[in-house]
Amino acid sequence: MKNEKGKKFFILACLSPAVILFTIFMIIPTFNVFKMSLYKWGGYSPDKDFVGLENFKILMTDMKFFRSFQNTVLLIVIVTVITMGFSLIFAAILTREKIIGENFFRIIFYIPNILSVVVIAAIFSAIYDPTNGLLNSTLGFIRLENLQRMWLGDQKIVIFSMAGAMIWQAIGYYMVMYMASMASIPESIYESASLEGASKFNQFFTMTIPLIWENIRTTLTFFIISSINLSFLFVQAMTNGGPDGATEVFLSYMYKQAYTNSSYGYGMAIGVVVFIFSFALSAIVNLATKREPLEY
Amino acid sequence: MKDDNNKSFDKLFKIFIYVALITLAISIIVPVAWVFLASIKENSEFYGSPWTLPAGFYFQNFIDAFKKANMGQYFLNSVIVTATALVILLVVALPAAYVLARYQFRGRKFFNTMFMAGLFVNVNYIVVPIFLMLLDADKIFKSIVGKGVLLNNLFVLALIYAATALPFTIYLLSGYFVTLPKSYEEAALVDGSGYFGTMVKIMIPMARPSIITVILFNFLAFWNEYIIALTLLPGDSKTLPVGLMTLMKAQKGAAQYGQMYAGLVIVMLPTLILYIAVQKKLTQGMSLGGLKG
Repeated sequence: MKNEKGKKFFILACLSPAVILFTIFMIIPTFNVFKMSLYKWGGYSPDKDFVGLENFKILMTDMKFFRSFQNTVLLIVIVTVITMGFSLIFAAILTREKIIGENFFRIIFYIPNILSVVVIAAIFSAIYDPTNGLLNSTLGFIRLENLQRMWLGDQKIVIFSMAGAMIWQAIGYYMVMYMASMASIPESIYESASLEGASKFNQFFTMTIPLIWENIRTTLTFFIISSINLSFLFVQAMTNGGPDGATEVFLSYMYKQAYTNSSYGYGMAIGVVVFIFSFALSAIVNLATKREPLEY
Repeated sequence: MKDDNNKSFDKLFKIFIYVALITLAISIIVPVAWVFLASIKENSEFYGSPWTLPAGFYFQNFIDAFKKANMGQYFLNSVIVTATALVILLVVALPAAYVLARYQFRGRKFFNTMFMAGLFVNVNYIVVPIFLMLLDADKIFKSIVGKGVLLNNLFVLALIYAATALPFTIYLLSGYFVTLPKSYEEAALVDGSGYFGTMVKIMIPMARPSIITVILFNFLAFWNEYIIALTLLPGDSKTLPVGLMTLMKAQKGAAQYGQMYAGLVIVMLPTLILYIAVQKKLTQGMSLGGLKG
């Protein structure tokens, strides 16, 4: 009997610090996001007025919010498609082909993932610098001056420059993920496919991709959520939403309203919408990509 | 004839593959290496082509970064925050993960689901509510102690890092604890060691591989993090990434590039060294732990 009591005490002692920390710094703040979105609360006055869904109504007519919405969706689409494409191809090459220095390539490709977003932002500012940048001076060197751009200064281009940095950061990470699942496909089915004359391209599209489809689906879902988050980090460190709102994304606009502008209630309403949007989008993608699982 | 065609096609394919691999490798190595070279250039060298090699080893940049740009202090802050956060995280997460994985009790499922749900709450959403919470609590401290103590506090920052890393860490650790054979615990309990002794002396040492993975991932996350640090440390006491960001914004006007690139090297060198030392563990651990946010 005493033992049973001791066991209960032990479980309680082990679990409570984690539960307390988690409750204070994750559950309560999350709850507050939703609660505060229903209040009109400017930072400079201590009054909080309950306004119901008023913040959301204002949001629906906020052109700046729509701009950030467009930018976010554009970034999600470009970055997802290109990153997925490249990382799948490179993963297939590194697992399927006999490559000299395979390990070397794998190590190098993963490096961007261990760097701070601030570091990446600084590196890409150096690359995109209009006068002394690596990109423009290279273009000048190979006599393609007409391709030189104000990579971070031109409203039409800056979002693509941003996408470039995000892709650069993400390829290696997803490549390593796909390599792990591709390595588990048995070699024998490739051998028999080769004997039957299936080309490498055919093998890639009709065997490799379908066989790791479940893995691709999971990464895709996570990728959407993490793109929304990462785009915020990149914007914050690289352009601060500029020039003139051309790179404003969901969470940077939320942060601007809630922290810089001190409109806490309105900012949190943006947070709620983004939160719901990201989950809805993931769910839709998850459903749309559902296939009968293929087995080896 | 057809065979010949196939062979030359294969050769072409191989060449194409190597070109692609090398292009991607170059696009990663060159910018990173360039930062290292730029960090030892003198300021006057930044006006010409960016591709010129540094004229000499201008170490003054690092001295300036450490002294004038305060990177020394920021470096120390980052070390303190990262180390404290890792210690708190392990002390809190290990027992919780162990109990959740290996004991049957009422509410176990509830807590497991709760921490799993935490995986989906990204810290970017809740950073402002956390800031407001600390601001509110500081008002109370102000009326009692005379000054706020929670904002601009490295320990609080470390505590929040640890708290936000809990879901991922518990998920990974309990996933590993589940796989350990039951007989070890039973033998230890029969031998008369208590629950706590069994956990600390037998089970936690056995979970070493997953603990190393946890330390690696969270070290990178804490060391590189800057949104929470930016929000919760509005004063002069910054962490390295935030300090670097301030330096970047200041440099745009002052054009003291050397200092900035020296700062960049200071931020990324520890992670690069760690990565080169343990890269195998890191990429293996990734397939073990699955996805991170």
